[in-house]
Amino acid sequence: MSFGESLSVSTFTIILIVIAIGLVGAVLAYRRARGLVGRDGVKLHSRPTYHASFVACWGMIPSLLVLAVWLIAAPIVISADVRGNFPEGVLAQSDLTEDLAYGIVESMGSGLRVLPEDERARVTEATPVEDVADLLRNRGIPIASAAADWMVPLAIQLNSMQIWSQWAMTAAVLLVALAGVALAYRRIAPRLRARNNVERIVTGALIAASSIAIMTTVGIVFSMLFETIDFFSRISPAEFFFGTVWEPRFSSAGSTGSAGSFGFIPLLAGTLYIGAVAMIIAVPIGLFAAIYMAEYADNRTRSIVKPLLEVLAGIPTIVYGFFALVTVGPFLRDLSAEISGLVTGNYASFIEAQSVLTAGLVMAIMLIPFVSSLSDDIITSVPQSLRDGSLGLGATRSETIKRVILPAALPGIVSALLLTASRAIGETMIVVLAAGVAANLTLNPFEPMTTITVKIVAQLTGDLEFNSPQTLVAFALGMTLFVITLCLNIYALYIVRKYKEQYE
Amino acid sequence: MSDATANGIADAAAARKPRRDIGIKKRYAAERRFKAYGIIAIAIGLAFLVALMWSIVSQGYTAFWQTEIEVPISFSEKVLGTPEQANESQTKLLMANYPQLARDGLVQLLGIDPADKKAVSAANGLISSGTRVTLRDIVMNDLSVIGTTEDVWLYASSELDSALKGQYDLDVPENRRPISDLQLQYIEKLRQQGAIEQRFNWGLFTSGASSRAETAGVGVAIIGSLYMMLIVLALALPIGVAASIYLEEFAPKNRFTDLIEVNINNLAAVPSIVFGLLGLAVFINWFGLPRSAALVGGLVLTLMTLPTIIIATRAALRAVPPSIRSAALGLGASKTQTIFHHVLPLAAPGILTGTIIGLAQALGETAPLLLIGMVAFVADYPSTPLDPSTALPVQIYMWANEAERAFVERTSGAIIILLGFLAIMNVTAILLRRRFERRW
Repeated sequence: MSFGESLSVSTFTIILIVIAIGLVGAVLAYRRARGLVGRDGVKLHSRPTYHASFVACWGMIPSLLVLAVWLIAAPIVISADVRGNFPEGVLAQSDLTEDLAYGIVESMGSGLRVLPEDERARVTEATPVEDVADLLRNRGIPIASAAADWMVPLAIQLNSMQIWSQWAMTAAVLLVALAGVALAYRRIAPRLRARNNVERIVTGALIAASSIAIMTTVGIVFSMLFETIDFFSRISPAEFFFGTVWEPRFSSAGSTGSAGSFGFIPLLAGTLYIGAVAMIIAVPIGLFAAIYMAEYADNRTRSIVKPLLEVLAGIPTIVYGFFALVTVGPFLRDLSAEISGLVTGNYASFIEAQSVLTAGLVMAIMLIPFVSSLSDDIITSVPQSLRDGSLGLGATRSETIKRVILPAALPGIVSALLLTASRAIGETMIVVLAAGVAANLTLNPFEPMTTITVKIVAQLTGDLEFNSPQTLVAFALGMTLFVITLCLNIYALYIVRKYKEQYE
Repeated sequence: MSDATANGIADAAAARKPRRDIGIKKRYAAERRFKAYGIIAIAIGLAFLVALMWSIVSQGYTAFWQTEIEVPISFSEKVLGTPEQANESQTKLLMANYPQLARDGLVQLLGIDPADKKAVSAANGLISSGTRVTLRDIVMNDLSVIGTTEDVWLYASSELDSALKGQYDLDVPENRRPISDLQLQYIEKLRQQGAIEQRFNWGLFTSGASSRAETAGVGVAIIGSLYMMLIVLALALPIGVAASIYLEEFAPKNRFTDLIEVNINNLAAVPSIVFGLLGLAVFINWFGLPRSAALVGGLVLTLMTLPTIIIATRAALRAVPPSIRSAALGLGASKTQTIFHHVLPLAAPGILTGTIIGLAQALGETAPLLLIGMVAFVADYPSTPLDPSTALPVQIYMWANEAERAFVERTSGAIIILLGFLAIMNVTAILLRRRFERRW
């Protein structure tokens, strides 16, 4: 190994060099294109800046693509090669053991790069693993005790392959960059349609940017799908969807005890119950506020009240959660104690500080502005002629609203309520702080219940091994949540589209 | 109007011409009721807003002041070692018994007999154990203080701080409150000497996480949030604008663009916690990015903010009248030139406003960050976006789970800071819109 670590080039530096090559190419191209002008009446097809961008694009885009492909492919190739050299005994065992062994080889390999030259020279293929581990430990790199002698040569192989790959990548990327600049530079001529070329690249970039939205959705679905399938291979879907007991036990790694029960019903019930309480409070308030602002309020009142209500929508949900935890929860508890004291003489509170009611009430505060501003938009978009017609026939304002405007706006309002409901179901921070963590199955709104989102957070915070059903269940829950909200959203969007066309 | 006259008029009307009863009175009453419902609904909404704000501000404003005690500290060589020793090895200086210096100083200030163990420990309970760091920093910055005596303002313990802010009822029996009678006497004595004061709490803005309320601050969390906002701005703005330009100006109306459109509208309504799961599975497990890094948080928040920015940008592009495009095209500009040279600059204020509102949303978002491991005890400033860091709302979440009374005050204080940032961003957005909005 003659390459020192001081000579290897980091990926970030490569990117900087490529950008520099592109810029230099652009400056040269600009000057060359300017030089072409004016010579016996020659006119350029494109302005010099387009020639410059053309050269820069040729210099940077292919080389950065090579870089990206290499960064993704190299670890896969190296890993396959090194694993091919594993002893038969290891290969015969499960994938998990193989992964573990590869992990140790990898950390040894990367450790070798940190060692100073003289110490690394002492590590040969015959060095016992204890000596290597000692050397690395002195540099602050712990090596797992499962390391074996046969791993040392593989670590050396891995290390040299990685260094080689890094060098080859640097060379390849820079070569492609220089070649791109050179080729593009040679093509500069008065007739070159540089602008059209550059614009085609720009359009491609625009399409790529807008497909990120699709990639995000695909990413969401697939990232959760794989883990969900993994989860359902351990726990049967029937047990998950119809189980009424939620009690995942946190068993220590490797123990063969049962994983506990993963009944989804209590979580779904809690989610829907809290959402329903929130909607029952928020919908009338939001709707009446919207009607008043759209139909009765004068412009001045509207310009003051509307932004004030929308402040509620801008407050982060963690603030609502804290408000529920330290103000609303204790207030409701003390209030219930007072009431039961007045009625029965026994000052025992019947509302617990963390309860369905607390979470629902605070969530309702958060939802009011959603209901009111969505409905407001819809009510104001009902054509004025409908109003005029009804008022002209002698109906009062409230009759017009109840009999003409609301029926006309109904599809829009329904879709607004669906969107609001989807937000209530997906809300996390309020319920994490105010609803409690006990997976109760109860009808009493004064007791704590828990929701899907609370359990996702509970299963994924803290140090957990990634491959246990206890963490995988979070993805199954997330998938279910995503599907529920997706259905609500798509149905709501569908109604909105249909409704929009009606008056346009 | 008396009943008699009212009846008289009604009688007269009935005598003049019998009219069909159309229930006008009932209908007007219904009208008034209906209007009243609207007013009541708005009043309830505003009452909630006031209650929320009042609860946060009344609990949180005191967090910006912190009780401190001025104690004469003698930096004795006995405890710290000589400056010469310190130059050779800093171990002793780092490990020295700084709390003892603070205790000795306070005992001397209060005139307590150092042999009276009970009195000494009562006095020691008045100052924060976080003084270790304060005093160590003084010594480490300037070795020449060793051997001298200086007056230093030290943080009071959180119990003393809460008691002085009136958060404990001091009239209850001694064993039921965290401050003893003896300590109350000391406080009175310190007050007479002018050695105890409520000072502005800079530590709240500069410190990191701490298990002691008096030394805990949101400084580290603000830096983490700042990194994330920069990443969101650097990624979401260009990608969002590019996507909007394509959808609004170039895209043909076909299945594919329809799909993108439905996707964006749906993504805007996907629960934020789902983005956290995406970040955990894709960025951390597949790409192997470090947990609790601001980079991962920034990427997740970028994906979350994109739909907001795209929707705002498209509205801004649509508001630019077609005549501008026709004029540019008519003068021979290409489509790309028309958009980038003419339409985009005119839409810029709208885009900027939407971006700021999107950023404000991202700044307050907590749930996805919990899943990618930002619930971490981070006491040091992250120097790069790859270092472990935390965010302002996550810090609030962690403090909200602390039981101590002093942390409730801190949490509310941190919320006021967060709301302050959000208010600044939103007001900027509104002012931008007012200043640059053009009606065509």
